[in-house]
Amino acid sequence: MGAYLVRRFGLMLLTLFGISVIIFTLLRIVPGNIVDILFDSAGMVDPAEKQRIARELGLDLSLPQQYVAWISGILRGDLGYSYVSEKPALEEIAPRIPITAKLAVLALVFSVLIGVPLGVISAVRQNTLTDYALRVLSLSGLSLPSFWLGLLVLMAFVSWFDTLPIYSDRITGFWAQLALFSVPAAAVGFRSSALVMRLTRSSMLEVLRQDYIRTARAKGATRQSVNYRHALRNALLPVVTVIGIEAAFLIGGLIVTETVFNIPGVARFLVEAIRARDYPIVQNLVMLIAVVVVVVNFVVDMLYAVLDPRIKYGG
Amino acid sequence: MLRRTAALFASAFALAGVLVGTAALAPAMAQEPKRGGILRMYQRDNPPSASIHEGATFSVNAPFMGLYNNLVMYDHAKELDSFDTIIPELATKWAWGDGGKSLTFTLQPGVKWHDGKPFTAADVKCTFDLVQGKKEDKLRTNPRRSLYDNVLDVVPNGDHEVTLKLGRPQPSLLNLLASGYTPMYPCHVNAAGMRTRPIGTGPFKLAEFKQNEMIRLTRNTEYWKPGRPYLDGVEMPIITNRSTAMLAFISGKLDLTFPTEVTQQVLRDLRTQAPKAICHMGPVNVSTNLIVNRDKPPFDNADLRRAMALSLDRKAFNTIIAEGEASVGGTMLPQPQGVWGMPKEMLESIAGYGPDIAANRAEARKLMEKHGYGPGKRLAVKISTRNIAAYRDPAVILIDHLKEIYIDGELEIVETGVWFGKVARKDYAVGLNLTGNSVDDPDQSFFENYSCKSERNVTGYCNPELEKMFEAQSMETDLEKRKRMVWEIDRQLQEDVARPIILHNHSGTCWHPEVVGFRMANNASYNRYRFEDVWLNR
Repeated sequence: MGAYLVRRFGLMLLTLFGISVIIFTLLRIVPGNIVDILFDSAGMVDPAEKQRIARELGLDLSLPQQYVAWISGILRGDLGYSYVSEKPALEEIAPRIPITAKLAVLALVFSVLIGVPLGVISAVRQNTLTDYALRVLSLSGLSLPSFWLGLLVLMAFVSWFDTLPIYSDRITGFWAQLALFSVPAAAVGFRSSALVMRLTRSSMLEVLRQDYIRTARAKGATRQSVNYRHALRNALLPVVTVIGIEAAFLIGGLIVTETVFNIPGVARFLVEAIRARDYPIVQNLVMLIAVVVVVVNFVVDMLYAVLDPRIKYGG
Repeated sequence: MLRRTAALFASAFALAGVLVGTAALAPAMAQEPKRGGILRMYQRDNPPSASIHEGATFSVNAPFMGLYNNLVMYDHAKELDSFDTIIPELATKWAWGDGGKSLTFTLQPGVKWHDGKPFTAADVKCTFDLVQGKKEDKLRTNPRRSLYDNVLDVVPNGDHEVTLKLGRPQPSLLNLLASGYTPMYPCHVNAAGMRTRPIGTGPFKLAEFKQNEMIRLTRNTEYWKPGRPYLDGVEMPIITNRSTAMLAFISGKLDLTFPTEVTQQVLRDLRTQAPKAICHMGPVNVSTNLIVNRDKPPFDNADLRRAMALSLDRKAFNTIIAEGEASVGGTMLPQPQGVWGMPKEMLESIAGYGPDIAANRAEARKLMEKHGYGPGKRLAVKISTRNIAAYRDPAVILIDHLKEIYIDGELEIVETGVWFGKVARKDYAVGLNLTGNSVDDPDQSFFENYSCKSERNVTGYCNPELEKMFEAQSMETDLEKRKRMVWEIDRQLQEDVARPIILHNHSGTCWHPEVVGFRMANNASYNRYRFEDVWLNR
């Protein structure tokens, strides 16, 4: 197990290195940099002035020099300065992480709490009216774009309750924040819950046809016990994998949701930073997201062993 | 006749609208202003900095103009921003001297910067030195440096008087100084500081500027104008999604929309969902125009450029894009809102502006045929434009119009980040562009967009004889005489197909009736955000 962990850790570092090279290169391939954008919006073309700003921002260095400066900065805990706000990148990124983390965790919780039970119900009541209704619901979850759903939710709130559940930094306290984030989390988690629901259903249906389930029923186990103790635990393996992948995909949904609900989180900030070619912000945020995805995948792999004792690592 | 009757009715309705709006406002206006409260207006995007002198968009003016004062300003209570509505601010009075080649300002005594230091004539000099690039400390971007080329020197005469020495008489200088783009900066704060921790003399101090999240201004309790501001502060959440912002306005979470963000289509929604909202819809002094690179064959041929100008059906553009609410004019903002716009008869006498589109296009086809083009030999060209709906939509219509004269356009969408660099390098043949003006003034428009040496003259149009007329009109002090000179220049620019103006866009701003004392100008959108006279009737 120890050797496996070391190998996995090494692979994680290699993955992160690869991502760092890719994101660094891609950012430089995209036409225009921050100086172009600043000068464009100001209608200026003086090359000497442009050179001066580029020098100020360190953009006159060669690409390898810029890359080394960035990575060595990360290792020292210095993420550089935002080109736009001229504040330390860490100071800009750090306050946004908890906001997005709350939203992402709530969205995942929503998708699991809704998706898994409804998937089970749909499976055990296969081909009944409940099953059909739940399948329609899950299909709609997969088909509705989250920006449209988000706007629809906002419009409904304005029309029915005369209020708008968008972010405000004046709202503090656990319950108030829970209420604040629950609406956008539900909007973004709806798609994931639909996916989880469909996968749980098909996985459950497969497991419910297994011999050991028939044996359990023959031994007189209760319906509850068969469905939840025997079947669900075994059906969860692919679901957990998908939840892990969804955690990574969630960031895509969060960009839209954070924009629609005006939440100043990491995802929206990333898009704005890309627009402004604010390299230090984009590079560090993408690395942060990459670290989260890699760690989540690692945790999912470890969870396999917990869910299925037959799975052993490093043996 | 029918057209004239329609115009008459339109004017009557517009007047009625203004009267109704004024009548609705009258009871509140008559009241004693109430103190306190936070005005909530959304900010449409993340401003690149808080330094107005570095900004080239009113995404910087709108949130930060309240931090500063100008030497002179436009009276925010008046309908138009023009010579007649310029009032004193940091300067209590001004006087022209030396045959119009010097302008002396007497400064308001007892004015303090937000950090308590006194405002003096030295700060005025520092501001001009900074904008003109004379200081060692440089602005990161300096979009309006060329506007002050005529200011040779700024000479403080003690602490409370300052003289601007000019190269030639320039009455319009006062207009430029009254613009929201010309605040006074302190000597003791550097350019970088003004971007992130700005210090002004204005009615509000910067309380918070969280990138992509929130801008908060708080009342300057030491403000030098007695009794102002009425508000305790201004809160501006940065809401980039227009639908969310409008819903926030409808739900009452916001008091005011971001200026000019309300389109005709959005206005219709607001009328039904927030029927009590007061909305101002009018010209914003931003024109949609056709740019043709006259150095690039075959467009170095004047006949082809003229044919393109003749192909334009401005009414169709107006109907499709602005539901008929935009204005048609030359370079200068059209009358009645524009001070300098050409009279209708003069405008319609210019090639391509006449009402008979079929005849115009027939003439255009003849010009094309003269150079060998026709149904069997069409001219293929890329139509470049910026990747923003306000650019893309008219570009598509332009392609359609050019088809009528044997030109097959292919749309080339250019990212915002590279758009201006591309057109400034003249790396395009034909383009669809938008041009904004901070003040309704010929000096700003002519020198910036049509002067031979201007960085923003993206078509390469250069007419030294006409440029002499730019200077002549700039020095003219008789307003009526100057108007006629400006009309003649504008007519010439359109005849020369320098940059055919397709439309002058209109857009709107809305606020709830509780907001009192806010008024948008009818001929500019950069100058009305001091917020010191605004109060909340709650």
